[in-house]
Amino acid sequence: MNLTNFDQDAGLRRLHMMERIRAFEETARRAAIDEELVLGAIHLSIGQEAVATGIIENLRRDDYILSTHRGHGHTLAKGADADAMMKELLGREGGCCGGKGGSMHIADFGVRMLGANGVVGANITIAAGAAHGIKLLGGDQIVVCFFGDGASNRGPFLEGVNWAGVFNLPILFVCEDNQYSASTLTSDMTSGNIADRARALGLRTTEADGNDVTSLAATAAEITARIRETGTPEFLMAKTYRISGHTYFDPATYRPEGEAERMQATTCPIARLRETLAEAGVSTDELDGLAQDARAEMDRALDAARDAPWPANETAFADVQDIGSPLKEAF
Amino acid sequence: MPVMSYADAAKLAVAEAMRDDPTVWCVGEDLGRGGVFKQYTGLVEEFGPQRISDAPISEAAIMGAAFGAAMAGTRPIVEMRFADFALCATDELVNQIAKARFMFGGQSRAPMVIRKPMGMWRSSAAQHSQSLESWYTHIPGLVVCCPATPQDNYSMMKAAIACDDPVVYLEHKNIWAHEGEVDPTKAVDFGKAALRRSGRDVTLVSWSQTANLCVEAADVLARQGIGAEVIDLRSLWPWDKAEVFDSVRKTGRLLVAHEAVSVAGFGAEVVATVAQNIPMKTLPKRLGSPRGLIAYAPNLEDQMRVTAPMIARAAQEMMENEPA
Ligand SMILES: Cc1ncc(C[n+]2csc(CCOP(=O)(O)OP(=O)(O)O)c2C)c(N)n1
Ligand SMILES: [Mg+2]
Repeated sequence: MNLTNFDQDAGLRRLHMMERIRAFEETARRAAIDEELVLGAIHLSIGQEAVATGIIENLRRDDYILSTHRGHGHTLAKGADADAMMKELLGREGGCCGGKGGSMHIADFGVRMLGANGVVGANITIAAGAAHGIKLLGGDQIVVCFFGDGASNRGPFLEGVNWAGVFNLPILFVCEDNQYSASTLTSDMTSGNIADRARALGLRTTEADGNDVTSLAATAAEITARIRETGTPEFLMAKTYRISGHTYFDPATYRPEGEAERMQATTCPIARLRETLAEAGVSTDELDGLAQDARAEMDRALDAARDAPWPANETAFADVQDIGSPLKEAF
Repeated sequence: MPVMSYADAAKLAVAEAMRDDPTVWCVGEDLGRGGVFKQYTGLVEEFGPQRISDAPISEAAIMGAAFGAAMAGTRPIVEMRFADFALCATDELVNQIAKARFMFGGQSRAPMVIRKPMGMWRSSAAQHSQSLESWYTHIPGLVVCCPATPQDNYSMMKAAIACDDPVVYLEHKNIWAHEGEVDPTKAVDFGKAALRRSGRDVTLVSWSQTANLCVEAADVLARQGIGAEVIDLRSLWPWDKAEVFDSVRKTGRLLVAHEAVSVAGFGAEVVATVAQNIPMKTLPKRLGSPRGLIAYAPNLEDQMRVTAPMIARAAQEMMENEPA
């Protein structure tokens, strides 16, 4: 790594954020496996933390993001509260969605994180629409839409990216290419390549190493500044790798023997940044301290969530609709 | 009082709402030229192409993007062109729009009007004729309405635009040109039926164009000395149970008529709900399309049609077959 222009403070901030994401997910996985506290499927982004971290650090609080079923990292990076997120994973009162959404519908509108999504690809048109709304209202915010490589094979990919191009909207589409769609190698089910699809739709398209947080953050800084200035959509292909299984209980035996271990050893974004920081002279103690701090934060979040009550039964009927609400007429 | 068509009544409501609230906008295919049924004619001249927005033939994106724009603070009116094409945007409506507020624990709203022109119209055949209103009544989170008159298409459109819930707004294609008086001061609440005819012998419950056919049938029945009360539900979720119950308590007879397929149509819901609550003099009846497909040739199309004479005949039979 060339350290000439390396910003050590930024590096430490990024490492801390990636450690927080990693710790949040490892804690949630533990809570699921050891204590059966996390009840539904959760999708971990272990190995992909640099994408959320490097891109979202360039956003303002009033910019929007939309995410996928694999959305913990994006949500934390946008500034959501880990306590409220952990409570949501446990389905408890005080969860960011009141225990109604769980991991796959995690959202924090306070930091303009407009939701993870249980339907692959569905967030793409919605994100284009959020950018459309900004434009109609004359705002200067931008939208970042995260989706997976597999999502590019759904119709809303074409419709949503085309929409952003047609209406010239301030949005960055980020394809987080971890190579897999559940147990399927995405390339086996994809004709041509995904970045070319975006180019064909007229979007300026950048391909980046999604596991090098330092360079990714710099690339994203340029792109987001350009989008804010021009209001024109762009596309970023971030190459990464999902070290964990598709869900926390997926042993991922469909991958070639040793692939995950090799990728973890060579491409893990946390390990890579630690190495750079060490070269820059940061002590191992300090680096370990960031990880410990993150783990302690998430342990506290889990403790708080474990102690939180279930949501009140009546809330099952609340926030469905005002007119014809099940609170008044469920039948 | 001004007289105007069903299409123009909705257009007036849209224009007034857009003048009052700069966050209201319309999006759909061909809107810049007035829309396929001319229900937007002249609006682009007043409001410009950003607020009367054309769209690519991307129903999923029209619905999804409008939803995103709603979450970002606007109030979109979504034009689906034909109710049939709205099926291309089912995930966006059913899994996203209807559920977002709940799934996100009340953090979001989807104040949207989703216009879906429905129903049989001039040999449009199986993919341009459907009445799918009952599908949407089955989805918690949605308000569903089916106006039958110019007045209601004005007042309900106003209410739908003002509503913070997503409203599936089904206009009947066959009555775009129907004219009637429109009182712009008249407000309609969802869940409040319109009593279109009073009578003491039999209650006819309907909505959309078929409610108008029920009125025709009631006039025929009146000449035969049968008093048919016609209740136009106007909105199907919520629906006006109290009004229907009161009427059936009085008449003791219930006939529900609609254009949609009878099997699992909303008539089944109305009949079951009344039967669970109100004793009747005769067995209740529903009249809907056979569970067949709508054809192109007019005589074949008619095989699926519920007509005013059929409604009148069914009501007469209920009067005749009275158990002793
Ligand atoms: C419309 C739809 N089809 C299928 C699924 C089941 N599913 C959930 S995640 C997933 C794989 C998605 O792959 P990708 O978009 O690459 O995202 P990744 O899981 O790799 O983050 C599938 C098939 C779904 N949730 N939604
Ligand atoms: Mg993938």
